[in-house]
Amino acid sequence: MIWETVRLSLLSVRRNVLRSFLTLLGIVIGVAAVIAMLTIGSGTTEKVKADISKLGSNLLVVRSGRPAGPGGPGGLDQVVRPLAQKDLAALVAHLSGARAISPASQKQVRVIFGTESLTSGVTGTDSAYLDARDWKLVSGRPFSDSETRSGTGVCLIGETVRQQFFGAGDPEGEIIRVNRTSCKIIGLLEPKGYTGFGQDQDNVVLMPLAAYQRRIAGNRDIESIYVAADDRTPTTELLPRVEDILRDTRRITPDREDDFSIRDMTQIADAMASATTTMTGMLGAVAGVSLLVGGIGIMNIMLVSVTERTREIGIRLAIGAHEKHILIQFLVEATVLSLLGGIIGILIGLALAGLASLTLAIPFAPSPAVILLAVGFSALIGMVFGFFPALRGARLDPIDALRHE
Amino acid sequence: MAAGATLITFDKVWKSYGQGEATVHALAGVDLAIRSGEFVAIMGPSGSGKSTAMNIIGCLDTPTAGTYSFMGIDAGRLDRNRRAMLRNLYVGFVFQGYNLLPRTTAVENVELPLIYRGVAARERHDLAMKALAEVGLVGREHHTPAELSGGQQQRVAIARAIVTRPTLLVADEPTGNLDTARTHEIMELLTRLNTELGLTIAMVTHEADVAAYAERTIRFLDGHVASDTVNLEMVSP
Repeated sequence: MIWETVRLSLLSVRRNVLRSFLTLLGIVIGVAAVIAMLTIGSGTTEKVKADISKLGSNLLVVRSGRPAGPGGPGGLDQVVRPLAQKDLAALVAHLSGARAISPASQKQVRVIFGTESLTSGVTGTDSAYLDARDWKLVSGRPFSDSETRSGTGVCLIGETVRQQFFGAGDPEGEIIRVNRTSCKIIGLLEPKGYTGFGQDQDNVVLMPLAAYQRRIAGNRDIESIYVAADDRTPTTELLPRVEDILRDTRRITPDREDDFSIRDMTQIADAMASATTTMTGMLGAVAGVSLLVGGIGIMNIMLVSVTERTREIGIRLAIGAHEKHILIQFLVEATVLSLLGGIIGILIGLALAGLASLTLAIPFAPSPAVILLAVGFSALIGMVFGFFPALRGARLDPIDALRHE
Repeated sequence: MAAGATLITFDKVWKSYGQGEATVHALAGVDLAIRSGEFVAIMGPSGSGKSTAMNIIGCLDTPTAGTYSFMGIDAGRLDRNRRAMLRNLYVGFVFQGYNLLPRTTAVENVELPLIYRGVAARERHDLAMKALAEVGLVGREHHTPAELSGGQQQRVAIARAIVTRPTLLVADEPTGNLDTARTHEIMELLTRLNTELGLTIAMVTHEADVAAYAERTIRFLDGHVASDTVNLEMVSP
């Protein structure tokens, strides 16, 4: 009986192809919008998470200056006391639960090889930096301890720098000029691509901190200290330990605030991921409104359909159809119609999301749960908005209905 | 139901529309009885109450006052769905305008009442094909109404009415849209169904030569039965 009714309603959808299509359009657009929004949204969330884990997971970044408050980082009234070698030494000596501790100072500097030049992010650091950031070498070797200590003119370069200067060639052993100093390339970093904020992570040059301080920065400051937690230690546990050690070495009395800040990259990742999730939800909700409009379209056309087929309803009632038969017939018809719209909408939505993921370089992340939900929801819309017209048909008086022209 | 037993009884049946001063009595205390196996023609000018009487006979409508009994059941007091069930089980309908579902094949049209009876698809199809053969439409089973002549469409409608093996066939001007030759064919078919299947037929008509096929003629006038006569000069097919 139900199958019969479904077949019947598909038949009536086919009989009025154009009208059925126009009816479906509302649902199609609504569902497509929801699916596209949610799929693109979850792709963006994944992208953001991946980007931030590229910056380093389980990573604490210590910088000088007061922690960022609601009004932005630091206070203007405060003289910023930079981080120094002894802060680093204290952490290395006393901090437990860290996998790697590494200093870093960074500057955008013009790098020259032959007649080519490139503005690159030059970082002065030590050999633990690669471990702390979870970066790997494609070829060559990291700085040796003696190179780090003495500040020898050696460097590691990123893929972008290599392509700019050497094309596909081997850069090892070549000498490049960084600002007014020169350094020998001893290794090539693994390509990491762009961050979600459009920053090229491969346009980098790493050199020993001592060399950077002496030849580029012209001071003994350390801008930041990277502390990577080991596998057993959550960053939330590591953070207060780092704070204690630094307050101690920097002789900050208990009545005063920190003059440095510690950023937990994991927390930042979580915060950003939840922000994109919220955004996705909001966009999805807006798209959901168009589904409502689509539902009203279904109701409209079902009312027309009932009026148009009054005589048919009369015939069916006369030869013994019960109210419920007529009700079910039109309900099923509305449901089939909107389900059909839902399925077409899902396909279009996924296609749009696929296109967006290609152009925006985000992962294509269709969610089976969202798709199932869209199918269920479009069926529900058919039932809800089809009910009133169906009831109207079922309540018709067979005599009046048969007389209807 | 044995032939000759009373199938339909009107006991002081009233049907009124409107209220107060504006009340119109379509039927004003009609008494009537039709026996099983009879072929009755119902005549009368428009507004005489014959259509109202037919609707009540077919269990489509209920009297305002009085009793309508069908097969001994007080059908006038039944609710919508019970009357629908009664129609589905015991009554077949043939209309002037055929009332077939458009864009639906003949066999599918004939299957329709069986769907509401819950008959399985295969059996439904077989019964429908048999009914179409009975009305002489072999070879046209898969034509839609638009592909059939008026006479053929009315045959499909008759097949739909008899496919459930009803006790009563209600025909509302079944030849009203047909030419003389087609009218003759349809009336012969109805007469044959009446004699061969013992089908009770109640038929509304305007035309005396159509009424002549019936064995009895009831004339309505102003909501009353004006005359109720046995046709001595019945047309014998």
